[in-house]
Amino acid sequence: MTATPAIAVSGLVKTFGPTRALDGLDLTVNTGEVHGFLGPNGAGKTTTIRVLLGLLRADAGEARLLGGDPWRDATGLHRRLAYVPGDVTLWPSLSGGEVIDLLGRLRGGLDPKRRTELLERFDLDPRKKARTYSKGNRQKVALIAALASDVELLLLDEPTAGLDPLMEAAFREIISQERSGGRTVLLSSHILAEVEALCERVSIIRAGRVVESGTLAELRHLTRTSISAELSGPPTGLAELPGVHDLQLDGTRVHLQVDSDKLDGVLRQLTAAGVRTLTSRPPTLEELFLRHYQADEPAASGNGRRQEVAR
Amino acid sequence: MTTLAGTRGLIRLILRRDRFLLPLWVLVLALLPIETAAGINQFYDTPAALRELYGTITGTPGLLAMLGPVFGATLGAITAWRAGLVFTVVGLASLLTVIRHTRSDEEAGRRELLGSTVVGRNAPLTAALLVTLAADLVLGAVLAAGMVGLGLPATGSVAYGLSVAAAGWMFAAVGAVAAQLTDGAGGARGIALGALGVAYMLRAAGDTGGSDSGVGWLSWLSPIGWAQQTRSYADERWWVFALVVALVVLLATVAFALLARRDVGAGVMAARLGPATAAAGLRSPLALAWRLHRTALIAWTAGLALMGALIGSVADSVKNMASESSQLKDMLERLGGEKVLSDAYIAGAMVIFALAAAGYAIQATLRLRTEEEGLRAEPVLATSVGRVRWAFSHLLFGLLGPALALLVAGLAEGLVYGLVVGDVGGEVPRVLAGALVQVPAVLVLSGIAMALFGLLPRLASVSWAALAVSAFLVLIGPLLRLSHWLLDVAPFSHIPKVPGADVSATPLAWLLGIAVVLAAAGLAGFRRRDLVSTA
Repeated sequence: MTATPAIAVSGLVKTFGPTRALDGLDLTVNTGEVHGFLGPNGAGKTTTIRVLLGLLRADAGEARLLGGDPWRDATGLHRRLAYVPGDVTLWPSLSGGEVIDLLGRLRGGLDPKRRTELLERFDLDPRKKARTYSKGNRQKVALIAALASDVELLLLDEPTAGLDPLMEAAFREIISQERSGGRTVLLSSHILAEVEALCERVSIIRAGRVVESGTLAELRHLTRTSISAELSGPPTGLAELPGVHDLQLDGTRVHLQVDSDKLDGVLRQLTAAGVRTLTSRPPTLEELFLRHYQADEPAASGNGRRQEVAR
Repeated sequence: MTTLAGTRGLIRLILRRDRFLLPLWVLVLALLPIETAAGINQFYDTPAALRELYGTITGTPGLLAMLGPVFGATLGAITAWRAGLVFTVVGLASLLTVIRHTRSDEEAGRRELLGSTVVGRNAPLTAALLVTLAADLVLGAVLAAGMVGLGLPATGSVAYGLSVAAAGWMFAAVGAVAAQLTDGAGGARGIALGALGVAYMLRAAGDTGGSDSGVGWLSWLSPIGWAQQTRSYADERWWVFALVVALVVLLATVAFALLARRDVGAGVMAARLGPATAAAGLRSPLALAWRLHRTALIAWTAGLALMGALIGSVADSVKNMASESSQLKDMLERLGGEKVLSDAYIAGAMVIFALAAAGYAIQATLRLRTEEEGLRAEPVLATSVGRVRWAFSHLLFGLLGPALALLVAGLAEGLVYGLVVGDVGGEVPRVLAGALVQVPAVLVLSGIAMALFGLLPRLASVSWAALAVSAFLVLIGPLLRLSHWLLDVAPFSHIPKVPGADVSATPLAWLLGIAVVLAAAGLAGFRRRDLVSTA
């Protein structure tokens, strides 16, 4: 692994009038990794990417992209990266094939073999005029143009938002290949399963600030394990144990979450009541995510009600 | 009826979206004839003067071709004639409004969002038509009230207001049909504008000979002709309105029938497939800009060339008119030019060309803003294309496009006029010079648009206000005897009246300099600013 990270952002601030879109954002993406950039709509993912592309100028903080300044060295850096916007709009009178070629050439050339391969993989008719494409197909055009370019870094902003599950699977497969090919990818998404499947490291952004960053294993370590058990008799004292959350008691059936470093105490209490069945599950990214986002919501926890954040 | 469900909500949505635009064109188009009437009333304040003016107009085919027939020697009839372009412009505004709220929405995908709510299949078209027709009626009512306020006969004023509204109605219906034909708003606008252009040309050709000529029937092939043939203030022919209503009903029926046959998003004309790979040349921002601008460039150039040919063909007849019509001579000389009346007529018409070219200049330059707002600038600027290079690729069309259109228009006008007077070699350079001296003033408008785009992107559309103010000052200003200080604000006021006057380079150089400074400021501003999208 090389010394300089592909993306190094620290203390980034960007305001639009009264709204503070980025509020001291830090983000590091190492060369060669697929980095998940997680957050709900409006958290600042797209703003961050636009700053990295030199489309917006940061108000404060520092951003380095492939060792250069994203604002000053924009055109030089753009030769080495490809970008897929979250909201792909194309020129209505151009065909998909024309857009792919145009964007590829403006970036400095694209691999015709890879282009054909990707067209087939994504099942896209390149002869159709862009105005007739659905959202998903417009996204495919941008994806193919990006993936067929020979670049070091891919900036993907919610690239699968309009794709059907089949195409999403194709996308995952292709990104896995890219990863083994050594390309760096920043994948902004709010689809947790996608990030969990593809990314080595994850940064979670909330209200313009990265609130959690690390490998999936590291993040899990910081969080809760979820436990379901059927006991011989009713348990006692579970609610008083430190680190226990979302406790649900239904006679002899127990469901709870526990901070990973307090696991031991809970297990003791359960075995004391006699365990018939026990399932323990490491926290999913979704739970991790919800924990950060539910912090503002009063009294949402306790009854274990789940919020469907991701799809 | 379920196919109309949600129409009321859509009407409110249209009114909300157009809360500035709609009142603006309604008021401007209503005030224009009222202003005109006030102006004519001031300068031709006796029946004798009006009779003389009437004689002059009827003896001048060029004027009849440009503005339409004149049906009486009264203030009302002459006003209706003088403001004759209003019939065309209200048609333009109406068809654009209908297409904007039907096909444009469909193309942008907004229609889909609405379609999934409780909105019937016919509701969007119905709502767009109802709003437009109502706006036309309001326009007619304001106009009629204003004319009555000036002391004109009530019957004639009502007929006049209705006739202007009628022109709007017919072209709103034309727009409704055009919106069903193609799958792109650009194509739909092209078809509807083509119909409007043909209607104008037919009327112009039919009216050249005055009321008794053998070609008068041509005007009856044109909806604009119908609107004028209602003869407001001159023995009104109310039955013509029955024709108008019949045409509107017919076109609307066709539009709804087509709508019932097609899918949302699709046009009646099948979308053609494009190439699977891009041509070898499509590899630069300029090549992309050419693809995006070429239709407009060709359309504007052809439109101005046609107008040039038309004016060239009638310019000679201006000088043949009755020599005692000193009033018109005065009027034309106030519009521009010193020597021969034909020259004055050609030079006066050049101002109209220049204003049209300036409209194109702003439209082409503001394509930058359209691309930025439509998020289509982003993918290009995320490649190795620098900001200045991208902006310049579009700005080039904002600068050279109108210049080319004026060049071709001047050539066409000079050629036709030269053929008529039998001196092609002599007239082409004179008329062409008249067209080309307008270029620096037109470029100032491109510069204003570029400067606003670069420095104050959210106010970019203020460029249109700059054009409106310029047009008002240069067209109406002299009639209102506004002070020179005020008139000089309009770049077009500094252009010599060619052919006829001498050309001095100083004002032209100044205008060019101002245009360059504005454009450079815009480019520099754009280099420094954030990309602004509404999304």
